[in-house]
Amino acid sequence: MDPTYRALAEFAQTWGLAYFVVIFAAALAYALWPSRQKQFDEAARMPLRED
Amino acid sequence: MANAPAPQKTMTLGEGGLALTMGGLALLTIVIAAKAYTSEYAFHAYLFSAASIAAVFAIINRYYSRPAEKPPLFIDGKPNYNMGPVKFSTVAAMIWGIAGFTVGLIIALQLAFPALNLDLPWTSFGRMRPLHTSAVIFAFGGNVLIATSFYVVQRTSRARLAGDLAPWFVVLGYNFFILIAGTGYLLGITQGKEYAEPEWYSDLWLTIVWVTYLLVFLATLWRRTEPHIYVANWFYLAFIVTIAVLHLGNNAAVPVSIFSPKSYIVWSGVQDAMVQWWYGHNAVGFFLTAGFLAIMYYFIPKRADRPVYSYRLSIIHFWSLIFLYIWAGPHHLHYTALPDWAQTLGMTFSIMLWMPSWGGMINGIMTLSGAWDKLRTDPVLRMMVVSVAFYGMSTFEGPMMSVKIVNSLSHYTDWTIGHVHSGALGWVGYISFGAIYCLVPWLWNKPLYSLKLVNWHFWLSTIGIVFYITAMWVSGILQGLMWRAYTDLGFLEYSFVETVEAMHPFYIIRALGGLLFLSGALLMAWNLWKTVNTAESAAPAGLALAPAE
Repeated sequence: MDPTYRALAEFAQTWGLAYFVVIFAAALAYALWPSRQKQFDEAARMPLRED
Repeated sequence: MANAPAPQKTMTLGEGGLALTMGGLALLTIVIAAKAYTSEYAFHAYLFSAASIAAVFAIINRYYSRPAEKPPLFIDGKPNYNMGPVKFSTVAAMIWGIAGFTVGLIIALQLAFPALNLDLPWTSFGRMRPLHTSAVIFAFGGNVLIATSFYVVQRTSRARLAGDLAPWFVVLGYNFFILIAGTGYLLGITQGKEYAEPEWYSDLWLTIVWVTYLLVFLATLWRRTEPHIYVANWFYLAFIVTIAVLHLGNNAAVPVSIFSPKSYIVWSGVQDAMVQWWYGHNAVGFFLTAGFLAIMYYFIPKRADRPVYSYRLSIIHFWSLIFLYIWAGPHHLHYTALPDWAQTLGMTFSIMLWMPSWGGMINGIMTLSGAWDKLRTDPVLRMMVVSVAFYGMSTFEGPMMSVKIVNSLSHYTDWTIGHVHSGALGWVGYISFGAIYCLVPWLWNKPLYSLKLVNWHFWLSTIGIVFYITAMWVSGILQGLMWRAYTDLGFLEYSFVETVEAMHPFYIIRALGGLLFLSGALLMAWNLWKTVNTAESAAPAGLALAPAE
């Protein structure tokens, strides 16, 4: 196998995976953080507001 | 400056600059037209110069008729929304929709009765098919997306659309791109890449329009008076940004000459195929999915008068959808020269897409919690909810078809066409119809002419879709099985033409389905026409049930 390919594949399969897990965890934490309940409840009603 | 008694009217930098640029473009395209290698290209160059000259006149006329001061951002504390471009795109969507569905019906009939090709190059199936796909996806769908995004971003940001000429440049420039692309297909100008057929000069033009679109959208978000950016705007933004990236990536082509419509891509072979399907699948993922999910997240809560079922789920839906979709493209290239690992990667990410797709579908449908009874009384809401159900169905089917062993049966058959249309007619079509049925009464401030006609539209087109997709399922699987059937001696059991002959009855059923779908859309157009042109205006309560603040 081409060494460039192997180096890239190894990088993607380790650090790439770790990166995806971390950003997914960050998105989950942002979405599920308990103190944001009120803010999100309000946001869910944004289309219903009239001006 | 604001309290000056009679402000001096001066031309803005935008007006003057755009008029000069368009004048320059007119001169350049006249030269190109004179020296063009082919008459088809000369025709396009003349279209460009005619449109540029018309733009210069329009800008100057607008300057003379407009008041000296810019329109205020707020009137009596309420945002002074700019709905002109929204109205234009809504009307354009309806017109292009009818045209695109009609061409679809014609090519469906051409497959059943090849004599309808008329033996003319311009009306042959190969040229009419991209006309159909581009008309329904980019002309109809694109105008729906531009109209709804400009509407939703203003309403949920409580801010006037940014830019003076820019929003008009976006809607008119985009529709001019459609005109160039569509006439090009009929004249035989094409890159031959699925959903990326327009040649280099149309691509350059679209790039300018699209970047302007992005800037208008971002600048409107920037001046929002709501602290939170509503989730629909995230989906719109993902759609606009990703389409820009995809468009640039897949059209890295070098023209033969500025006087020639022909260009060559900088990479070739399997790399080109990979980039093409990275583009192609994300055109589905970000144009036909993310953009229309934005419509779902605004119009379903609004119409049902219920909050989004779970705002948290909508955030998880958003991030997981955009991070997974971008990798799924290689499933279009199973069992090709593409490396096996890339094929498997595409398949794996496609299967993972089940999660966000169904999460989003559940979020959309459950938004009706506490308002289920409206499904019985409101055909517009019913249309949108059935649309989300089709979204769930086709996003189940898609990952299943991306599994290599399933794909070995389904690929290159009509099953793919059936799958695409359950997504396109059911999901994209219905959510768009629902949004337009909402938008037209809101924009023109008139009640919808007839809910009964909406009901007819709903049933006609639903039966049409069912005819269409079931015919294609049966036809596709039959086709796949016939292609892979061997005799005891190891020969192929059927010649290709025998498999074509076997499709005939299904092609007729499919065309019937298309006819029903088109009839529904014609009823819709008539209903909207009557809505706009009926004299009485709606009581303000029709739109705003909340008491005035």
